[in-house]
Amino acid sequence: MSTLTVTPNYATGVVSNFDLFAGKLVDREEYFSCGHRACQGCGEALAIRLMCKALGKETVIANATGCMEVISTLYPTTAWKLPWIHVAFPNAAAVGSGVEAGLKVMRRKGRIPDRYVKTVAIGGDGGTVDIGLQALSGAMERGHDMLYVCFDNEAYMNTGIQRSSATPFGASTTTAPAGAASPGNRTWKKNVPEIMVAHNVPYVATACHSYPIDFMNKVKKARAVKGPAYIHCLAVCPTGWRAESKDCIKLGRLAVETGIFPLYEVENGKYRLTVEKPEKLRPVTDYMKMQGRFRHLGKEEIGYFQERVNLEFAKLMNKVECIQSWDELKG
Amino acid sequence: MTKPVGMEVAVAAAEAVALCNIDVAACYPITPNTHIAEHLADIIADGRIDAEYITVESEHSALSAVMGASGTGARTFTATSSQGLMYMHEILPITPAMRLPVVMGLGNRAVSGPINIWNDHSDIMLQRDSGWMSIFADNGQEAVDMFIQAFKIAEHPDVLMPINVNMDGFQLTHVVEPIVFPTQAQVNKFLPPYKPFASLHPDHPVSMGTLGLPEIYTEAVKARDVVLVNAKKVILEVWKEWEKMFGRKYEPVASYKTAGAEILLLTMGSMGETAEMAVDALRKKGVKVGLLKLKLWRPFPYDEIRKAVRGAKTLVVTDRAVSYGGPGGPVCSEIRAALYDQPNRPEIVNYIIGLGGRDVRVEDFMKMVEGAPKAKKSGDDYQIYGVRE
Repeated sequence: MSTLTVTPNYATGVVSNFDLFAGKLVDREEYFSCGHRACQGCGEALAIRLMCKALGKETVIANATGCMEVISTLYPTTAWKLPWIHVAFPNAAAVGSGVEAGLKVMRRKGRIPDRYVKTVAIGGDGGTVDIGLQALSGAMERGHDMLYVCFDNEAYMNTGIQRSSATPFGASTTTAPAGAASPGNRTWKKNVPEIMVAHNVPYVATACHSYPIDFMNKVKKARAVKGPAYIHCLAVCPTGWRAESKDCIKLGRLAVETGIFPLYEVENGKYRLTVEKPEKLRPVTDYMKMQGRFRHLGKEEIGYFQERVNLEFAKLMNKVECIQSWDELKG
Repeated sequence: MTKPVGMEVAVAAAEAVALCNIDVAACYPITPNTHIAEHLADIIADGRIDAEYITVESEHSALSAVMGASGTGARTFTATSSQGLMYMHEILPITPAMRLPVVMGLGNRAVSGPINIWNDHSDIMLQRDSGWMSIFADNGQEAVDMFIQAFKIAEHPDVLMPINVNMDGFQLTHVVEPIVFPTQAQVNKFLPPYKPFASLHPDHPVSMGTLGLPEIYTEAVKARDVVLVNAKKVILEVWKEWEKMFGRKYEPVASYKTAGAEILLLTMGSMGETAEMAVDALRKKGVKVGLLKLKLWRPFPYDEIRKAVRGAKTLVVTDRAVSYGGPGGPVCSEIRAALYDQPNRPEIVNYIIGLGGRDVRVEDFMKMVEGAPKAKKSGDDYQIYGVRE
């Protein structure tokens, strides 16, 4: 994993040891196979494929109900070459807790081969930030040796684009539609990575499929953590975002370049941006204008959106610049 | 065989589960199953068995976690009551659908509202149709025996289905009884290690809990029903084996003084022992009464019930739950369904009694039996017994 470490220099904006051939080092093996039934341009399916490459064979996946479960496991077919279990919508983290405990005790008792197998629980934003938050909080608090990855496409896409608490301000969804009396979704996106940081888990990161090496590095890092880890991966959903399938990767990059979804990691309490900070954030309109879900927004709402993004980004930079790691605090 | 020891039944239940060498337990506290969960935690904390105890944040997660663990091939256990079982409801039907042989201890308790922590059977009856096997213990010895039997039944390759062992809350879970424990060697001989059909491991990747479209869903449901119905054969085999090894007999419908009985009483759970005393008293008075104790609730023992009531004129069925706005108690509606097509079936009288921990005394059973002819004439499908009006 160390060969793929990216260390940006924030002062100069130069990535010092980025391996130009990093892409060639990625595992060629596919653990999430083609032939699944995701929509064209699905960012989430791509993200899962990347995640699986980074995790490798010695992995068990617990999947919450959602798009990814539906598109990948139509009986009698499966897109998963890793052992995989789905139970219900709110409980991927709890099922993962059980898988982790089961593997641990069975290995200890000599009933399965004595090899380390990583347990990974995954869910969409609905199954993570809303209905599954309790189970996720419980699993993180108990300290299971488990990675949880949230694939955040910012609404309940599986059931038809209903608002979740990860839906951004102003987005029009089928349960928070824009209308004469409403600007669409009225609340700001719930900051679950920050909630996970408050659980004192050793590794928390945000990621996006549009930055594949960065995402895979984070997955590898999280995999190596002995204990709970959390990755929040923005997954572009062209269908739900009312965008063109071909723009999936571009939209992911714009979310980062506008500062709407900064890519960072929090390792033992220490915040760090993992993708070089742009000189100046691009205006949020660059991101919004490509998506039908923001089409109705007027100047005032966009102004509020921009202001809030600036503030949130400043808050994050404040942490990046000020907060010390646990080791430093012990220091 | 060891000597009897005086022990609280919930504690004894935990000891029985420990004898089964479980691998993973996940419990969330709720009265009155608490002592099972606590004592099991003690046993694991003391290193008496090598197992993982997951201190989950809810019952929903408790069942989810044991399902995940069971998926890896681990022997798993959870316990709950009332609202806890209701909170598990979403996950309950998924466990049999995935053929995971989870064993659950239930300290039966009324459901809210009004909130009530005492015993009746409302909790399990509300979860009746979730596809679990379900057995009822009369007393502490039966509870201990049934937990050990439960793992063997659930993990049988022809079954691979979850099972719950029901113990009346407080009336059973919190009483101290003399209990005979089998030795560890005996349990090891009776209960071999769990061999899963498939498990979650990278050496043989499988997908569990996949999506079933309309083309496959009906077949999946039918398959589950067939397995559950056929599980009775295995249950009978396991009970026969238990009887051979330990001398204690288990039947889907146990009978007490039924020879020549014109009136039969039917109970489920710990009321059976009180009812036995009522039968003794009534027999002394010359009433030709006998008692049936239903121990197997799912799969429902249709044949055994039909056979057991043969020759009786009246069948007094007691229920400890209400099917609101429905046919009466859930047990009685099953019995009615079982007997509807039978020639010379007894007249059925249904009493709903003992709700939310209200005492059911010997006299109550005597009154129910003696009042049965009148109750039948009244034409009501059921009566809620002892209501203060």
